[in-house]
Amino acid sequence: MIEVNNLHKSFGDTKILKGISTSFDKGKTNLIIGQSGSGKTVFLKCLLGLFTYEEGSISYDGKIFSELSEDQKRDLRAEIGMVFQGSALFDSMTIAENVMFPLQMFTKMSKSEMEDRADIVLKRVNLPDAHNKMPSEASGGMQKRVAIARAIVNNPKYLFCDEPNSGLDPKTAIVIDNLIQEITDEYQIVTVINSHDMNSVMEIGEKIVFLRNGLKAWEGSKANIFKTDNESVTDFVYSSNLFKKVRQMYIEENE
Amino acid sequence: MKYLHNIGRYFLMIAEMFRKPTKWSVMRSLILKDIDDLIISSLGIIAFISFFVGGVVTIQTALNIDNPLIPKYLVGFATRQSVLLEFAPTFTSIIMAGKVGSFITSSIGTMRVTEQIDALEVMGINSLNYLIFPKAIALMLYPFAIAIGMFLGILGGMAASVFGGYSTLTDYISGIQYEFDTFHVTYAFIKTFVFAFILATVPSFYGYYMKGGALEVGKASTTAFVWTSVVIILLNYIITGMLLG
Repeated sequence: MIEVNNLHKSFGDTKILKGISTSFDKGKTNLIIGQSGSGKTVFLKCLLGLFTYEEGSISYDGKIFSELSEDQKRDLRAEIGMVFQGSALFDSMTIAENVMFPLQMFTKMSKSEMEDRADIVLKRVNLPDAHNKMPSEASGGMQKRVAIARAIVNNPKYLFCDEPNSGLDPKTAIVIDNLIQEITDEYQIVTVINSHDMNSVMEIGEKIVFLRNGLKAWEGSKANIFKTDNESVTDFVYSSNLFKKVRQMYIEENE
Repeated sequence: MKYLHNIGRYFLMIAEMFRKPTKWSVMRSLILKDIDDLIISSLGIIAFISFFVGGVVTIQTALNIDNPLIPKYLVGFATRQSVLLEFAPTFTSIIMAGKVGSFITSSIGTMRVTEQIDALEVMGINSLNYLIFPKAIALMLYPFAIAIGMFLGILGGMAASVFGGYSTLTDYISGIQYEFDTFHVTYAFIKTFVFAFILATVPSFYGYYMKGGALEVGKASTTAFVWTSVVIILLNYIITGMLLG
């Protein structure tokens, strides 16, 4: 479980996060949503330890990140898997080498053990024959799957995804969403996804945290989001006619 | 103020580069890859430049010696001194600032733009140690490349001298042996080691701390080349003053 308590972050005089408190549970897909500039990416980078913050705390299963020594932080980071918006695959390595990279860095596995493990996770993300391809030879959807494979290869406790669907067609986006949800359930990890894709919200949002102007404006599940009267949430989530109609249908069905 | 900030940041980067070392098995393969990328792939251009610069130095020296009282072996002597003391270590390093430096800045800068450096940091890897340390170690072999450059420079001078008819082979060989001071070789290699470290770290600094997109990667490469050249020229002056002055 990840617990965030009263998180404040500024850049110079500009306050980006203004006291966010929330928690993310194990085995659930947690979504952070909000408009561009609402502080989602900064919040995610604070969770990842890439940004320091002025006030508040983040704890991973009771371990407060800012109170850990450098070695403890390093150990904790080895338990984190991350899927970046642009996949962030190492372009000088093949797909298999990318997937084996965390094992090479953090385990004492032999080469054949690493290859076996990479084989298992590449099959898990439906890429059984992509081992020797370079990332530049893979499509956007394949690159995302490789990034997921790399993120889960070392059995992480926490999985973070920054806009995992950006740049993907709707069908591939749903495949990636479902894959993340299945993996979260299967490996019982804490998954936090930064997204502004409403399809993802409706598809896999077991817990949704809505950020607005650096504040948590709402939190709930995908079922609650249909019922909420919170204007800032409805303005954002139901900005398209399609979702307005979906909501209307949901309300009519449940009345 | 910005320059002072960057100087401070550069030295902090160097200190950080030695912390939290990457696993040796991984580091070894990174060093070998960087030796190939930075040293082996540069040997051709170093050989080409050195040979022809040596030839040009010889021709120009010979053409400027029109006094019959000046012995012909001075052509070889002047070529040796020019190539050994300046052309091989300094002139080649300026060219390497363009070739190796822009490669380092653009490869690290692209990793920054495409979040690959963030990916390393999230995994708990000291990205400075992972990216820059192997380059600094690989470039410790740079003096060997410069030694080849020195040899080929003097050889190029000999070819130009003999085939151009500026002096005889015997005169040229006695010229390159004339009043040979071994400390000049030591001085040249001390310079080369310092330049190698600058060639690895200054372009890395500009790549690592760049912000923006693809256009900024290009700008960072240009800035890195300018500052690497400036630092090499300044250090050349300081080291020469300290060791030969």
